[in-house]
Amino acid sequence: MVTAQDYGEFETAWCPGCGNFSIRKAVVKALVELGLPPHKAVFSTGIGQAAKAPHYIRVNVFNGLHGRCLPAATGIALANPQLAVFAESGDGCSYGEGGNHFLAALRRNIDITYIVHDNQIYGLTKGQASPTTPKGQKTKTQPHGAPSNAFNPVAVAVTMGASFVARGFAGEIDHLAGLIAAGARHPGFSLIDVLQPCVSFNKVNTYAWYKERCYKLGDDHDPSDPRAALERAMEWGERIPIGILYANDRPAFGAGAKTPLATREPDMGALREIIEGYA
Amino acid sequence: MGASSINIVIGGEAGQGLVTVGEFLSRALVRAGYAIVVTQDYQSRIRGGHNTFAIRVDSETVAAPTEGIDLLVALSTDTLAIHKNQLTDRALVLADAAHGLGGLPGLAIPYKELCPKPLYENMAALGVLGELLCLDPAFLTRLVAEKFGKKGEDVVAANRQVFAAAADWTRAQKASFACLAPPAARGKRVMLHGNEAIALGGMAAGIDFCSFYPMTPGTSVIQTYIDHADRMGIVCEQAEDEIAAVIMALGASYAGARPMVSTSGGGFALMVEGVSLSGMLETPVTIVVAQRPGPATGLPTRTEQADLDLVLHAGHGEFPRAIFAPGSIEQCFHLAHRAVDTAERFQSPVFILTDQFLADSYRDVAPFDLDALPVVSRALTTVPDPAGYVRYAVTEDGVSPRLVPGFCEATVVLDSDEHTPDGHITEDLAVRVTMQDKRMRKLSGLAQAALPPDVYGDPDGATLFACWGSTLGAALEAAEALSEKGEKAAVLHFSQVWPFAPDAFLPTLRKARRAVMVEGNFAGQLARLIRRETGYAFDGRVNRYDGLPLTAAYILERL
Repeated sequence: MVTAQDYGEFETAWCPGCGNFSIRKAVVKALVELGLPPHKAVFSTGIGQAAKAPHYIRVNVFNGLHGRCLPAATGIALANPQLAVFAESGDGCSYGEGGNHFLAALRRNIDITYIVHDNQIYGLTKGQASPTTPKGQKTKTQPHGAPSNAFNPVAVAVTMGASFVARGFAGEIDHLAGLIAAGARHPGFSLIDVLQPCVSFNKVNTYAWYKERCYKLGDDHDPSDPRAALERAMEWGERIPIGILYANDRPAFGAGAKTPLATREPDMGALREIIEGYA
Repeated sequence: MGASSINIVIGGEAGQGLVTVGEFLSRALVRAGYAIVVTQDYQSRIRGGHNTFAIRVDSETVAAPTEGIDLLVALSTDTLAIHKNQLTDRALVLADAAHGLGGLPGLAIPYKELCPKPLYENMAALGVLGELLCLDPAFLTRLVAEKFGKKGEDVVAANRQVFAAAADWTRAQKASFACLAPPAARGKRVMLHGNEAIALGGMAAGIDFCSFYPMTPGTSVIQTYIDHADRMGIVCEQAEDEIAAVIMALGASYAGARPMVSTSGGGFALMVEGVSLSGMLETPVTIVVAQRPGPATGLPTRTEQADLDLVLHAGHGEFPRAIFAPGSIEQCFHLAHRAVDTAERFQSPVFILTDQFLADSYRDVAPFDLDALPVVSRALTTVPDPAGYVRYAVTEDGVSPRLVPGFCEATVVLDSDEHTPDGHITEDLAVRVTMQDKRMRKLSGLAQAALPPDVYGDPDGATLFACWGSTLGAALEAAEALSEKGEKAAVLHFSQVWPFAPDAFLPTLRKARRAVMVEGNFAGQLARLIRRETGYAFDGRVNRYDGLPLTAAYILERL
């Protein structure tokens, strides 16, 4: 029986009041719900305040480079199908530096659960606009307002036929834990974009701002309907839906190892025949 | 070598089938027992332009390409114009009768009469070549059956008929061309190009994961893995870019795979952050860099040795690495095997520096002795005390026990930030020094394990040609040519260019009358590296950077 204690308690490097604390709680809750022992879960992360998250949970960790948590997670999942593979990072890492990997992951549909801490700002580098900062929002480096349109990750994912697309809110821990667990159970790639405040650098999208707008999708939303999903994914402003926006039963990527590569040795008899075949 | 060797050059437009003719003939020659060195010169296009497939064949041994052409097969009219100045005294030109020989000695082949359709012209050319070389026709006709068997008996029969008609026609011409001497008795040979041999060496070392983004001339390493992936259980995935390719390989390596990635200079430039990550995570990866001329896109399908500096310095920060530079097909195989083992043992990025010339150069080689290969090191799946396991235990040699996650109750934590021995992020500056010292201690182990350069001939009082990688054959032939003229000459070949132990070669260099570094680049990158590390300055340099491989004649003209 796995309990929250198995995942440990750690001192963090986050600002007091950061949304990351709630997301950490939701992640642990989901892992317990999934009954995953710590050594069977792998978290691949990039760089940023969000990417530090698995340092504060007892799991296997590949904390790599900015923007690159998905390729590392993909390599892990390809090499060992028996691990539960999570990728976790912020909006800058995931949708800016790692944009091409995000698109490739949506196409590949390999079994990874992707948790994106989306606070619509760069935190660790101290407050520059991120790909999800609304156009016109003023920051230290964009004093006249962010000049480009914001990226809508969930709408992009729906239009690319992603197999599981959800949006959560750090202020709704139990709901978010449910989304993470559902994403992990889903075979194939699962995107969980998590709205969260940045108490230090985003003075617009605050806890209260999200709290006022976020509403939970109910039974009247059919996540198997891509048109309905896209409509909800595009909804932003006065009301922001959270929950499973879209899910389908696209087959998961099938070209990885069927058994862990770590326990295999090359078939030298076969190799000998292959070499002799070059005569 | 000498008179017994024949240099056959097949020229034509891309898409005309010159590679088919070249590969057929090469394979038949290898099966008949001859030694070959193939040089492929092609342009960055799928159709048109002018390409050549050169086969230098010898009944005993051959080491490098040469400029002089003994048999020139002109599939297009451009071939004659481009290559007529390279024809030797005994040369014959084989051209389409419809285009004529342009006054050159040779055979005007009536393709129209010999072939029912233009599709068969390649077979007719092979029939003429086989006859002129006095090659037992069985070697070529058997290949026809192997190659076209799937298309049905009719296709095989039609091809054989054209082949026989062309051979008969050639015999009737009574052309005076000295046949190949019968081959020296050698055991079974196989025909491989450098990139195939690298992939096979990797397979022998247990490579089971390749993530890649296509780039000439690195792709054929990966293609060889893909060709045998189902049988050997190799996971191959085309990544969205080179950054993803190398990071995926590191993720797989962490999870217990033995990965190889292969690219060329421009793709490797994108992989550089992954090289640094491998150094920090102490997670092994073997990277093949098949060099081509830069900067930027440069000459995409030609050869150069100008990425030594790049590979040596790639990646921010300081961390250990090793760089191998094979000079022959045998070395491609054995150094690939060694590179994988070195990466695993020292938990570091390890490189194989090859180039377009060697990548595409088919040669004959004895099948590799798989039983004689050393056991390749690999990561652990379990440890005696899982609860107490830390990934970066501080050890005397800097190598920490590397555990793969998921097989025992330990968790395995890697971090690209500076980290404590348990893998967690730290800004404790004393820990930083301890961990950097630990990582850099692996460099001593790598240096101790480094291969010394090979010495060919007696360097005492000689002209000593120093070289690395694919330049070996040309240097050997240059030394042989000098020796034939009565001048003492020898070769010093670096098959590992980093790290190196100066004591292993400085005495050799100092014994020489003059030491000349031969490199396929502008700046003399290995010569400079040796000077930086040892203070030793070469007496002379020969550098080539026109996109073509070095040859003995090129070296000797510039001595």
